[in-house]
Amino acid sequence: MTLESVLTSAPAWALAHAPVLLVAVPMLIAPLVAILPNGRAAWLISVLTAGVSFYLAIVTLALVQSSPTGILSYEIGRWPPPIGIEFRTDALNAMILLLVTGIGFLASVFSWPTITSELSNRNKLGMFYAAFLLCMSGLLGVASTGDAFNLFVFLEISSLATYVMVAMGARRDRRALPAAFNYLIMGTLGASFYIVGIGFLYAATGTLNMADIADRLPALTDNRSVQVGFAFIIVGLGLKAAMWPLHQWLPNAYSYSPSFVTVFLSATATKVALYALVRFLFTVFRPEYSFELASFSWVLAPLGIAAMVICSFQAVFQTDVRRVLAYSSVAQVGYMLLGVSLATAPGVAAGLLHLFNHALMKGALFMAIAGIVMTHQGTTIRDFAGLGRTAPWTMTAFAIAGLSLIGVPLTAGFMSKLQLGYALFAEGWWWAVLLVVFSSFLAVFYVGRILQAAFFQPPLNPRKTHKEAPLLILVPLWILALANLYFGIAADFPLGLARDGAVAALGVEAFR
Amino acid sequence: MVEFVLERAGYWAIICLMMIGLYIAFSAENLIKRLVGLSIFQTTICLFYVSLAKVSGGTAPILLPEDTPYHSDPVHDGVNGPDSLLAATGERFADLHHAYSNPLPHVLMLTAIVVGVATLSLGLALIVRIREAYGTIEADEVREIDMQTALAQELEADKDIKEASA
Repeated sequence: MTLESVLTSAPAWALAHAPVLLVAVPMLIAPLVAILPNGRAAWLISVLTAGVSFYLAIVTLALVQSSPTGILSYEIGRWPPPIGIEFRTDALNAMILLLVTGIGFLASVFSWPTITSELSNRNKLGMFYAAFLLCMSGLLGVASTGDAFNLFVFLEISSLATYVMVAMGARRDRRALPAAFNYLIMGTLGASFYIVGIGFLYAATGTLNMADIADRLPALTDNRSVQVGFAFIIVGLGLKAAMWPLHQWLPNAYSYSPSFVTVFLSATATKVALYALVRFLFTVFRPEYSFELASFSWVLAPLGIAAMVICSFQAVFQTDVRRVLAYSSVAQVGYMLLGVSLATAPGVAAGLLHLFNHALMKGALFMAIAGIVMTHQGTTIRDFAGLGRTAPWTMTAFAIAGLSLIGVPLTAGFMSKLQLGYALFAEGWWWAVLLVVFSSFLAVFYVGRILQAAFFQPPLNPRKTHKEAPLLILVPLWILALANLYFGIAADFPLGLARDGAVAALGVEAFR
Repeated sequence: MVEFVLERAGYWAIICLMMIGLYIAFSAENLIKRLVGLSIFQTTICLFYVSLAKVSGGTAPILLPEDTPYHSDPVHDGVNGPDSLLAATGERFADLHHAYSNPLPHVLMLTAIVVGVATLSLGLALIVRIREAYGTIEADEVREIDMQTALAQELEADKDIKEASA
């Protein structure tokens, strides 16, 4: 399937309005789903909506790739920017849109069995799916908008829906409630910091359109309020992206929320915040500004490395599998930040590629855990003992994604770490390469502990029944697991996306 | 120095309020107090934006008849048409009889207030659920209870395994 065939087969309304329909369709369907009394109908409509969004994201990607400038600008209500709000899609956005809608679609397909077993009240299913659609719509909005304040609004739409979904885990474990509350406090503070930063930028430039801000900033680089605004924005978005040490909300929120929510969040929410960070670092602000260069070498790179090493250590000592993977997620954000902080085209491309691959591996890992939670009711490493024999399909997919997380050759994780290594070597940061290898070595321990329990230990508690996960979980799980293998061998597609994204972020002159 | 501080009295007030809000949101053990801190923080952001918008001597941003650039006054105004309406906010600002404050930040803050209300109500709803599940709204007590449950679960799992293998 080529992208040209997508363009020729797409209907006219999709070609004209794909960038905005992508966001609007889930948002408009959400209230409809909320009032549906039948949970199964709500699920089917959500799957359909996510599917439509996925299709529109493919159309958007094709449009971006075929456009001569590489930028797709959609004027909301025909108000031309910078007065009106603009949806501005380039190769970077298109990659994130494809990732969020793709994972959203797979996750919504798989959600039915786990949600029905983990939520008590069947009548609330419609509400739950409405929250899911709102969350997805908000994330897509963050990834498409070209207006700095509009980004805040979409960020809050997705976050509020996320807090609700995390709190829904309360039936399985009441610790979901304090986790959701802490996430609410931290997340709102993050968004508030972001909006304070936008206030400073607005005070200095007098505009809210990102491209317009970028045009006016070069004359203002010595302006103190621009620099303060930059700091506020980095902290705010860093909190949302779980940049170490602002990640404290993440482990609890991932461990206690319903399994489906963990799958969706781990693969999309922090990624979209990281996209916003990249957008601000490279498109709105430029890496040439001296204060930004200082932030790369004194803030982002050290924090990325600290996340990589410290959180991998923490992951080794967790007893709950979901917490192991949550800490590992923070560590993986560290790899992405390290790549981004190089501020070179290969570095940013490596960061983006890891972002893409990490969504694939964590999606698969958490889906496998969702299957285990459903049939086995336990997520400690001891509970995993012997599962390799009784649930071979689930655990094999888990193992593939786990190896990809370590970065074993022939998996997607290896490709992105290889690219990161190349980019680091090109800058002469060989010590950082050593740290990447060291942190991957730690990953061998924390993934290895789980795999060793699952495949080489007899079941600890024969009373607990072990079963294979239902087919509706296995199929999306295996799609993601095979994607991990496929993109480890033929990495052209994600690598091309990541390189185009890096070029779009850094500007054409970064082509080297 | 005194002048420097006093000239920016509004900003100092905003900084103080913001820090108070942030401190409460981080340090309070009572969950309601945390939300109060968060609300103070968010309200201060509104103050910040609104204070940015103020033009000294400016009135409300209402276009009065004598300000409209295309009102019929051919004697000293040759420019007509809707295009000059846009220009009125820019270069032709000096021609206006009334300076007015920038309305855009106010509009932005309307949105931010709505977001703040949604966050506050969701936070309060979560506190109600926490109180139902734990019987307390103190964060340290919730942590204590969680710790004990985790220990109890561990022991139970141990016992279960022992019985099953025996």
